[in-house]
Amino acid sequence: MDAHMTELKRTQLYNLHVSLQGKIVPFAGYEMPVQYAAGILKEHLHTRANAGLFDISHMGQVVLEGGADILKQIEKIMPGDFQELKPGEIRYSFLLNEQGGVMDDLMVTRPLHADEQNSVFIIINAACKDDDFAHMKKQLPHIKATMLNDRALLALQGPKAAEVLGRFCAAPTKLKFMQADKFTIKDVGLCYISRSGYTGEDGFEISVPNATVEKFASDLLAQAEVMPIGLGARDSLRLEAGLCLYGHELDTMTTPVEGNLVWAIGKRRRSEGGFIGAATIQQQLKDGVSRKRVGIRPDGRALAREQTEVVDSAGKHIGIITSGGFGPSVDGPVCMGYVESTFAKVGTSVFLVVRGKPLPAKVVTLPFAPHRYMKG
Amino acid sequence: MSQTRFTKEHEWARVDGDVAICGITDYAQKALGDIVYVELPAIGKKVKQGEQVAVVESSKAASEVYAPVDGEVVAVNDNLSNDPGKVNAAAQSDGWFFKIKAANAAQTGSLMDEPTYQNYVKGLS
Repeated sequence: MDAHMTELKRTQLYNLHVSLQGKIVPFAGYEMPVQYAAGILKEHLHTRANAGLFDISHMGQVVLEGGADILKQIEKIMPGDFQELKPGEIRYSFLLNEQGGVMDDLMVTRPLHADEQNSVFIIINAACKDDDFAHMKKQLPHIKATMLNDRALLALQGPKAAEVLGRFCAAPTKLKFMQADKFTIKDVGLCYISRSGYTGEDGFEISVPNATVEKFASDLLAQAEVMPIGLGARDSLRLEAGLCLYGHELDTMTTPVEGNLVWAIGKRRRSEGGFIGAATIQQQLKDGVSRKRVGIRPDGRALAREQTEVVDSAGKHIGIITSGGFGPSVDGPVCMGYVESTFAKVGTSVFLVVRGKPLPAKVVTLPFAPHRYMKG
Repeated sequence: MSQTRFTKEHEWARVDGDVAICGITDYAQKALGDIVYVELPAIGKKVKQGEQVAVVESSKAASEVYAPVDGEVVAVNDNLSNDPGKVNAAAQSDGWFFKIKAANAAQTGSLMDEPTYQNYVKGLS
């Protein structure tokens, strides 16, 4: 046993996870439930049919405060067109390094109200929290960065999410996909609620004061439609939704252009640049990239997991699977990975080397399960 | 009906005449979680005790399944291709994997009987 082993952290809901028979595993420095009593398959299908409650308190919640030019300021460290972002709207973006590699992918909210316009609210990945925070402080020295350690984060996802949340507070159910605002929920306190998520379903992410989150989570779970969902189903849901997982589809050696995420780089930003990593990104937009992220669907039922080699019909190496597993809603194996750009076209036949055998598969359109967001 | 015998790797084998019907144990299916794919051997495949003969995949990971006895695969449970969840529902009956024509039926004597296996499993948790 390593005496210097880093102690794992727990979220405010640890005791609740244990009481719900959560199977606790280490994840990004936290002790988190990978599944509950129902198991990954049932949790996944329940979320697509009803509503699932996820504890995502391990993720970082950061407020950046500056002057009236805060949106312009953050464009230095992210390639999104934040100046075009409307009050109360959210953008998916990235922190990029000098080489255009992704340090983290994140969600940025421009607050709705006039008296909050000198700030933005950002949600970052748990494993990247400390590095992101240091990077933001270093690159934006005149901006005040605060990690909201006094807040937990819940995700309520699925077609019944709005109906359920509406019982506690009706106002947030008026939000459209990728909108956010602050709401006071009775006996819970001030919550930052966004209509967003990581499942492909309609739903909400709810930032809740630490002091009341256990009671609120229990109250949500007491609703007939709601089941607790662990990290296992969170992963299979996002994989079917074609959404990237940092450390798998994205890392510091991968750019958003390779990641097929050019849509998240603002049009103005593509031509203007002016963000860290812009030189590489603009070069890649002009010349193309040698590899691209794609969805891959094996023809058979054998699973191809992360790190599975992708080869062509002659057996030549053309890529690698970055996420792969069973898609419960698809009822079959699903993968995402990177292949040489000449093989990235939808419909291209490829082979996945599983236990030494090349299994036939096809490049397919993402997502595997259709997005069902509540758009305006 | 003959007695079911168990391996340390959590396979079971029940010998009927010279044919051993084999699968993974209830303990194994619980530990694996939702089973979503089973790769079965070709009929006619010659196997040695302890040799990998099948693969079982849960939503979490792939695991190898070993032959409990020497012999030749004479049947596989095709139902598992369409309904791998059968292994979760009935690991030690309908969720069987394959049948081996045992080269030496006495070989099962080296495997654990049920009380010994249950004790062994208790020691693992």
